[in-house]
Amino acid sequence: MDRKLTSNSLKETFDRRSFVIGSVQGGIGLLLAARMGYIAVAENEKYEMEAESNRVNLSLIPPRRGWILDRNGSPLASNRADFRVDIIPERLEDPDKTVELVGELLEFTDAEKADLRDRLEASAGFAAVPVSNGLDYEKFAAISVRIPELPGVIPQRGFSRFYPTGASVGHLLGYVGAPSRDEYDEEPQPLLLTPGFKLGKDGIEKQFEQRLRGEPGARRVEVTASGRIVRDLETRDDVQGEAVQLAIDGPLQDYAARRIGLESGSVVVMDCATGELLCMASMPSFDPNSFSDGIGRVEFAMLRENDRVPLRNKTLKGLYPPGSTIKPMHSMAFMHEGVSPDESIICGGGRRIGNRFFNCWSNHGRVDMAKAIYQSCDSYFYHFAQQVGFDKVADYARQFGLGQEFDLPVASQFYGTVPDPAWKLEKYGSEWQPYDTVNASIGQGYYLASPLQLAVMSARIATGRKVTPSLLKVGEHSPFASLDFRSDEISYIRQAMSDVVNGPGTAGRARLPIENVLMAGKTGTAQVVSLSVSDGKSGPWKYRDHGLFVFFAPFDNPRYAGAVVIEHGGGSGAAYPVARDVMTFLLDPQKGLDALHTLEEQWGGTAQQRLDAQYQQYATAAGVNLPPAPPPIRLAEQVDAEARAAYSAPAQETERVFAPRDEANPSADGVTT
Amino acid sequence: MRGEITLPAPIAEFPWRVVIPLTLLVAFGAAVLHSAAGGSMNPYADSHLIRFGVFLFIALVMSYFPEDWAKIIAIPAYVITLVLLVAVELVGQLGGGSQRWLELGFMRLQPSELMKPGIVLIIAAFYHTLPVGMISSWRALLVPIGLIILPVGLVLLQPDLGTSLAIAFGGVVVMFLAGIPQKWFIGGGIAALILAPIAYFFGLQPYQQQRVLTFLDPASDPQGSGYHIIQSKIAIGSGGLAGKGFGEGSQSQLDYLPEPHTDFVFATMAEEWGLIGGLFVLLVFGIVLRWGLLIAREAQTRFSRLLAGGMTATIFFYVAVNLMMVMGLAPVVGIPLPFMSHGGSSMMTNMICVGALMMVERWNRRTS
Repeated sequence: MDRKLTSNSLKETFDRRSFVIGSVQGGIGLLLAARMGYIAVAENEKYEMEAESNRVNLSLIPPRRGWILDRNGSPLASNRADFRVDIIPERLEDPDKTVELVGELLEFTDAEKADLRDRLEASAGFAAVPVSNGLDYEKFAAISVRIPELPGVIPQRGFSRFYPTGASVGHLLGYVGAPSRDEYDEEPQPLLLTPGFKLGKDGIEKQFEQRLRGEPGARRVEVTASGRIVRDLETRDDVQGEAVQLAIDGPLQDYAARRIGLESGSVVVMDCATGELLCMASMPSFDPNSFSDGIGRVEFAMLRENDRVPLRNKTLKGLYPPGSTIKPMHSMAFMHEGVSPDESIICGGGRRIGNRFFNCWSNHGRVDMAKAIYQSCDSYFYHFAQQVGFDKVADYARQFGLGQEFDLPVASQFYGTVPDPAWKLEKYGSEWQPYDTVNASIGQGYYLASPLQLAVMSARIATGRKVTPSLLKVGEHSPFASLDFRSDEISYIRQAMSDVVNGPGTAGRARLPIENVLMAGKTGTAQVVSLSVSDGKSGPWKYRDHGLFVFFAPFDNPRYAGAVVIEHGGGSGAAYPVARDVMTFLLDPQKGLDALHTLEEQWGGTAQQRLDAQYQQYATAAGVNLPPAPPPIRLAEQVDAEARAAYSAPAQETERVFAPRDEANPSADGVTT
Repeated sequence: MRGEITLPAPIAEFPWRVVIPLTLLVAFGAAVLHSAAGGSMNPYADSHLIRFGVFLFIALVMSYFPEDWAKIIAIPAYVITLVLLVAVELVGQLGGGSQRWLELGFMRLQPSELMKPGIVLIIAAFYHTLPVGMISSWRALLVPIGLIILPVGLVLLQPDLGTSLAIAFGGVVVMFLAGIPQKWFIGGGIAALILAPIAYFFGLQPYQQQRVLTFLDPASDPQGSGYHIIQSKIAIGSGGLAGKGFGEGSQSQLDYLPEPHTDFVFATMAEEWGLIGGLFVLLVFGIVLRWGLLIAREAQTRFSRLLAGGMTATIFFYVAVNLMMVMGLAPVVGIPLPFMSHGGSSMMTNMICVGALMMVERWNRRTS
């Protein structure tokens, strides 16, 4: 500074600088005014929206799920109004205390409290965990009045899924449950986090999830920052999901499931003209009603420890050697390959194929095609399968639906195995041997089929058409494509199969107790272990033979066809009485029910009653010392995996020749049971 | 000055030019606090008005002090406040945690607040005693810097970044107005640019660093520390031109806006009164600050000039930083809005500043 420093010059500096400061202040004032104008006017719309989205909380009302109807419009799955309690884990302040208090109010047992704790721990935090539903009003009110002490606990009125026939439709329909974390990640919608919302977890419920779900209702409420509701603004009602009508005949389904009784097995019945599946029963089963709120540890342990795998849908995922049930189909293959039905062989208790003698289950003497079917002579099939060549026979098997997957709305179905030389070479790297033909010709060896496939095969034999199964009601249907068999060929097989039941065949007791309706069928006994381990009829349950039966009725103008498989039933004798009663019920319900009621008296109640009793017994015996149940989504996967492992073809090539088993009780047993 | 109208001296000399706008602003502030309390005079609005009344009286009493008194108490006031700051630090350490106030029984005294006018007073007094020719000397620079650093350091220890910045700002503005060479400010500016990152990494507490980061990008942490800025902007922005109406602000009424009665009182106001309310507040502050600056320019002595300029700057600093903060132009530092935010300490400090300005105004009148 050149200027001489005086108080005057300092005054000048002050004036100058205070002017600068004043200007800066004024400038900042203008900047602030402009900034405020920009936020409040130019961006007003944006911030108004954000303030609104702060203030208004849209809470969704879970939509009522669409009903699942049977072919006649009766509900297989409906909704029941109920009182329920959920917990949102994130909002809990003291989880232990809350669980204790809620458990006390709802009169939970220790096992139930432990289950609740497990579910809270495993939950995503923000998603509602169901505590209890179907509460009576007293308990609901008890929780409701204590709400101030129980942050995170939400009592509400809602709807729960109701399956009137319970266990009978468990495998078919699946069940519903609160969405899991994985399901939310896959479909991140706010609805999935809404307390009380249920998602289809298996079966039809899962396959038709989007159709059954409906549109959620909404309640707009004003909330504070901490989530307290200040007031309701408006409410929009939910739209119930669409109904799904199945081809299933509800009463028939229930009847078949109950008729399986104490056994482990499955029954499939389909309509020959439309392919509609009237019944797909698989037992033992679980009660989907009790699955809907997350299965408890007691129940899960009980189901898992049951060696009859109640968690597996055996109609689709049970694979069994079809045994003699494929003999009529093989016969049709022989005919088409130029074997005359009259051509006969001599069964000398077996037959030499190549340089080795293979046993038949009996000594049938002279056998033509019809007798080979109704007496189930193995020698006949050894001989002609070898003559025709099994690779050709296998092609027919596939045409008749074996080894095939069908276009059905199901989570998974196993397609089994139709063995042939190419398959064996690829799978085991070795050549097809004559004993492979022998085994396969009577449905043993590597042959595996599901009950659904057997039912389809039966329908295709009965009609000579490519009947395709359908789970949904189709109503009128144009005839299926022909499989190119002459009508005399078809009639011949029908007659032979009728003779199995109504003639000198292996299943005399399967004759329908109804006049003028004759059922045709074919027995099958599938060997599980070699004769050296078990004779297949007695001893440990899991070593006993599977009993199979395929059928259609009326034999001369088939309308219904189906298959029954009883796991480890000790032979076909376990299967065809079931088929007989199911068909009887279809044609004359009262007669069928009378038969069932007699049986259920011996068994100790209906399937549901027995399941409940079993649960009580198990729960008292086991107490709380059980591992926790997995979340519902895993349940289905786990079952699938186990089932696949249990039923895949052996890892090692097997050279075992199957010693044919007795085809149970020929006509000697009498025709009149 | 306005000789045409003859009024009795006490009325003519009463500082109407500041008391009227201030009273309007405080009344408006009370209305906003009424709304922030959920539509109740309790607990904010009533005490706000009472404090204003008490401190206005004190300020008016102050305005009658002669210039000599002000010069005499400059050093004792500074030293006592420094001792109190040390005492706060000691009490805090003994009590096992930082604290900013001393519990005096009848009130909580926050000594750092007293230091804001205190620093202005002591530096103005220092330049008053400094011979005119020495204004370019090192002494003119280093002594005030030392006077500033002592309290700023103590307040930073509390830690209270907002108040320490306010103290430093008041002191530096007085130095600037005192006429120390410009090159030192330019040099200081460059040094600040270099020191700022260093201070950021070594001088700030993690929570303060977080605030700076959040200021740069509030959306990075919408539920955490960015929440304040986002909610404040939503409140101001949703108010629009005319606001949502008295007591109708959803952001403040439903607790979305944090601190609706203290640091973010302007956002509470803007939501309910809109841009019009905001411009009114800015206008009143403009009037008050212009009044303060005019007093400084009309002041006859060097001491009174610097004192008035520094006090005006201190009020300005509060207003500017608070408004920039609520509008998302500055990081969240805990600085309340003068005359509107609820809080005794800030009301006391700002009324002391106003009282000092009224005092200088009276001196101007006597000597002219």
